Amino acid sequence: MVGDREAKMKSIKLTTGTKTILLGIFTAALFIVPFIIKDTYILHVIISCFIYSCLALSLNLIIGLTGQFSLGHVTFYGMGAYITALLMMKASMSFWLTILISAAGVGIFGYLLALPALNLRGDYLAVVTLGFGEVFRLFLVNAIDITRGPMGIPGIPSPKIGSFVINTKQEYYFLALIILIAVVIFVRRLIISGFGLSMLCVKEDDVAASAIGIYPRKYKLWAFVIGAVIAGIMGSFYAVYMSFISPSSFQYGESITMVSMVILGGMGSIAGPILGACILTVLPEALRSFSEYRMIIYGAALVIMMIFKPNGIWGLDKRVRNIYMLQAGRGVKNGKSASGIQCDNSLRRADSGR
Amino acid sequence: MFPQQLVNGLTVGGIYAIVALGYSMVYGVLQIVNWAHADVLMVGTFIGLILVTQLHMPVLAMVILAAAATALIGITVERAAYRPIKSDNRRMAVLVSALGMSVFLQNLAQLVFGSSTKPLPTIKKIPYTIGSVSFTNIQIIIGVTTILMLIILYIVVYKTKMGIAMRACSVSIPNAKLMGINTNSIISMTFGIGAFMAGIAGICIGTYYNAVYPTMGYMLGMKAFSAAILGGIGSIPGAVVGGFLIGIIESLGAGYISSGYRDAYAFIIMIIILIIRPSGILGAKHIDKV
Repeated sequence: MVGDREAKMKSIKLTTGTKTILLGIFTAALFIVPFIIKDTYILHVIISCFIYSCLALSLNLIIGLTGQFSLGHVTFYGMGAYITALLMMKASMSFWLTILISAAGVGIFGYLLALPALNLRGDYLAVVTLGFGEVFRLFLVNAIDITRGPMGIPGIPSPKIGSFVINTKQEYYFLALIILIAVVIFVRRLIISGFGLSMLCVKEDDVAASAIGIYPRKYKLWAFVIGAVIAGIMGSFYAVYMSFISPSSFQYGESITMVSMVILGGMGSIAGPILGACILTVLPEALRSFSEYRMIIYGAALVIMMIFKPNGIWGLDKRVRNIYMLQAGRGVKNGKSASGIQCDNSLRRADSGR
Repeated sequence: MFPQQLVNGLTVGGIYAIVALGYSMVYGVLQIVNWAHADVLMVGTFIGLILVTQLHMPVLAMVILAAAATALIGITVERAAYRPIKSDNRRMAVLVSALGMSVFLQNLAQLVFGSSTKPLPTIKKIPYTIGSVSFTNIQIIIGVTTILMLIILYIVVYKTKMGIAMRACSVSIPNAKLMGINTNSIISMTFGIGAFMAGIAGICIGTYYNAVYPTMGYMLGMKAFSAAILGGIGSIPGAVVGGFLIGIIESLGAGYISSGYRDAYAFIIMIIILIIRPSGILGAKHIDKV
């Protein structure tokens, strides 16, 4: 048994070594892509993948890490888009400044939304966040003097760096890629830190977490705020990228899509939500003739996943096993169920962190 | 204007109450929110539409047949999407699965029936006016149907053996099992009764607005769910009170404040209630057990 485990550990260590190199090569390859692929349609699909990857990663912080089922992520996304669009159009501000303002604005909104919502759990939280999203959308439709209502805002200007204007698909590709890399690095730093493990602990059992000095409210609030800020930034990017936004881009179905990405890909990991985002963006594009089946398949896939593989394709169970196998000979039982062990791990980390 | 809005509010409020009962009963027994409830309702309404337009059935037979079909769909949904789930984190898994089921049904209906809005020609509209209040025979029929269903439900839940079993399940499923109650069939029955009533409610609202479309369940369902929360989820009288309150508030809000935000009032009330008093008006104070 012991030898077996050591052999397994060795193979995992090997892969973590090569993993960094592979990841580096992959990232470098991503930078070359727009020089090889000139087709604007394919580039558009890839950029969509990047946007949704960031959104799924940010939603993952809320759903996957602290276990709060939010169905209102599209609210943050749409709010970011509208703040940027309105500031650029009406106050002719620079895009880079509006990104900061929308990140701050959406973050504050996320905080205000989370404050009361945190007392709720599970379905109630889902319904309240959904309700906020719906009220926000109705506001966009009805406040015609500000948002032009259902007609949307056309002609949002392109971002500029000095005198250089970002307006081709290639240039947007690089901007999206840089944002994605920044988000991935940030989320990774967050997840592997004591902070992230405390979040996991809160997800597993918030009463137990508070018993060992992890204040659940604090982590839940932070998850909401950080998730909202990232979604807001993506909204800003979306606004300049599409140069047209309307309330119909920020409907309830969009939130469902993001949730599906996180759940199918796997909650709590980094590769999972990205994988989910890419699959659910590319698949409907590749199967154009099946596009009317898209949402049916999403729905059925959610049900089937929950029955057979509730942790997703690349879920937390994979990650937990990794962490735990890397901790040589700590004498923990072979962990099949994620529960107890996660808390155990986060406890250990949080403990050594202080 | 006030009595007019009140009459309109009471009409839709009754329908919200009946749909809310479906949410509340399932929550009472299983402590889960049946997100697919409103979409089951929508499918049931479409079945009614087909029965009346393609097969030219008499209205009463159509309503009963469509409601029975809806009940079957409701039971199937429970069997397919809720019962098989045995995850560590069951609550979240059921929530996701329910959501998936809702998306599935909605889009399946869009594919099969098309996404356009169809009229539901059941009863000929006859308008009446008393004083300054005008109403139609449809509103009267909806009102009578609502009251009739509430009475029948009351008898089923409080006077029959099955009702006792149902209430036992809502207290504790393991204990109900120990008392010799076939809990699985009671759960199925709960879903079935909820969906049966939803089928009738769907046909009522389809007739009232003379419109049937695949996303009709979404808004109706969210409002009914708001009603269930307002009254106290899990409580049968609560769902009824909540339904009528939401209907009236919505009508008055649309009449006096702004009709553009008609759909927002229910959400705003629900959010306020959940923040101030999550157990609702008539709900029992509930302590989360660890």
